[in-house]
Amino acid sequence: MKVTKFTNLLVLAVVLTLTASGCRKRPGYVTNIPQGKTENPIDLSPAPALSGTDSGTNNSANTSGFPQSDPSLRQNWPRDAKFFEADTAHFDFDSSVVKSADKPKVAKVAEHLKANPSHAVEVDGHCDERGTEEYNRSLGERRALALREELISLGIDPGRIDTVSYGKDRPADTGHDESAWKKNRRGEFLLETPPGTTP
Amino acid sequence: MNRNLSVCILLLFAITGASTQEVIPLPKNVGIGNAQPVWVSMSGFTGEAAQVLQFDLYVQGFNFTNTEGAQYLISGSNNGNLQGRVTDKFNKSVMVSKAYSGASVRRQAHAFADDFVRALSRKPIGETKIAFKGENAPNGEIYIADFDGHNPQAVTRDNAIVAAPCWVPGRLALYYVSYKLNHPDIFYQNLSTGERRIFARYGGSNISPSVSPDGNDVAMILSKDGWTDLYVGRAGGGAPSRLTKSPQDESSPCWSPNGQWICYASKDHERRSLSKISPSGGQPQRIPISLGANPTEPDWSPDGKWIAFTAQYRDFQICVIPAEGGEAVTLVAGEDPSWAPNSRTLIFARRQGGHYTLSLLDVPTKQVKDVPRISGSASQSQPSWAR
Repeated sequence: MKVTKFTNLLVLAVVLTLTASGCRKRPGYVTNIPQGKTENPIDLSPAPALSGTDSGTNNSANTSGFPQSDPSLRQNWPRDAKFFEADTAHFDFDSSVVKSADKPKVAKVAEHLKANPSHAVEVDGHCDERGTEEYNRSLGERRALALREELISLGIDPGRIDTVSYGKDRPADTGHDESAWKKNRRGEFLLETPPGTTP
Repeated sequence: MNRNLSVCILLLFAITGASTQEVIPLPKNVGIGNAQPVWVSMSGFTGEAAQVLQFDLYVQGFNFTNTEGAQYLISGSNNGNLQGRVTDKFNKSVMVSKAYSGASVRRQAHAFADDFVRALSRKPIGETKIAFKGENAPNGEIYIADFDGHNPQAVTRDNAIVAAPCWVPGRLALYYVSYKLNHPDIFYQNLSTGERRIFARYGGSNISPSVSPDGNDVAMILSKDGWTDLYVGRAGGGAPSRLTKSPQDESSPCWSPNGQWICYASKDHERRSLSKISPSGGQPQRIPISLGANPTEPDWSPDGKWIAFTAQYRDFQICVIPAEGGEAVTLVAGEDPSWAPNSRTLIFARRQGGHYTLSLLDVPTKQVKDVPRISGSASQSQPSWAR
């Protein structure tokens, strides 16, 4: 009943307003919402091709970490994930401390780099799923950096070691239990070789 | 016409008069998560219009009952265009009486809900947008959508790991992370022109971008100097400055709305905490939290009063604390909260198995509603509310 009354009033109001304005204008109380957007239009044209890089390497401050190389330097170098597959290091929950059991693996990677001065290595840090996404991205980086620092302590030039954190995006085991999590808290070494050569 | 105008003015006075008692700010320390909803009744709307009105009002602290129990009576119709009216049952005043034209019924319903919320002197959210990560593990794209998840559009075509979209305040532009170059780099993308460029691509991680309220600076986590630290760089470019020097993890920076602080998740003697630091540097200050909450992913409310974050106990919980620190109120299971412009609704990610669903939470009443899943992506997470 109320609705009918309301509608009647509205119709009356529309008729009155239309009469008053000679049907030229939209009734004043009607809120016109433009088709598409009320604010700025969003033009979703495809993103242009990526070109150029913005790089910067800070060479200062040894007491605050070892500066990294420009990622574009070896961007096109092939990565071999198999070469050091047996040397993957594992971490305790929420920890980035390199375990003593894993130090011989790091030493093996260091030996290879010493014997092959043209080679480099990418250290990938990974986490289990028991952490928030961005926290894990930072923790994965910290794990990769801890392994990098271990390599540096064995005499490897920091400039030959790249790090990438995948957080929890690339689990080794997609299970949701401790046996899977244990495998996923890891640091992997990928051998980087100059294009056109084989290890 | 003059008569209409004077009626309008009278109406405006009535609304202003009625509205003072209806403003429901987040109370200090009490009432978060246990406030009563505002009871409304609704009649005359059907289908999508009714759904939109129910959804919009529910996630802003209203709930539905019959005309007996309601304080506000919402009526109207949506045969063709939508027309609607809201009456305050207690003082008999008409708060909104409008007809809408143009666009879709969906948009008209959002506009009507907004007019009602505005009549209560509150900031509406019906026309706001979100950005988020849509994933088919491990790769995904950055999406934008209406705040309720409708009209989703992928804004990247990277088929790579993507992460952490963040709106530039007041502009149609995003910063986000993409591994398109097999490396976590921060991109800037103007959504009006489609132009995008690399914002940060240093050695190591370039992650977790967060834009300052004036849009001029970007806080982020970099490891170019060998540790994962908090940096801030000019949006226009140039070398970022390093704000922390710690071998521990820093993550998920966010800005105070006055631009004077950057809050982030830190680690202090292996204990996780939230800290804040001036964007021009100096000593970080720890934000005291009552519980051992293992906090990460802070987000500062636009009114400056609150910080929402993810607590990690046995599972993940959305918590809110006063911005200066204090007692954490645990609200609901979930991760990665982002405040709406109204400083009371949060969007967050809810984990189900290995997937995430986006959900909306009205903080005072703890009313929660899931955002519909978008087709073509199994998991949606890391929401950022445009504001």
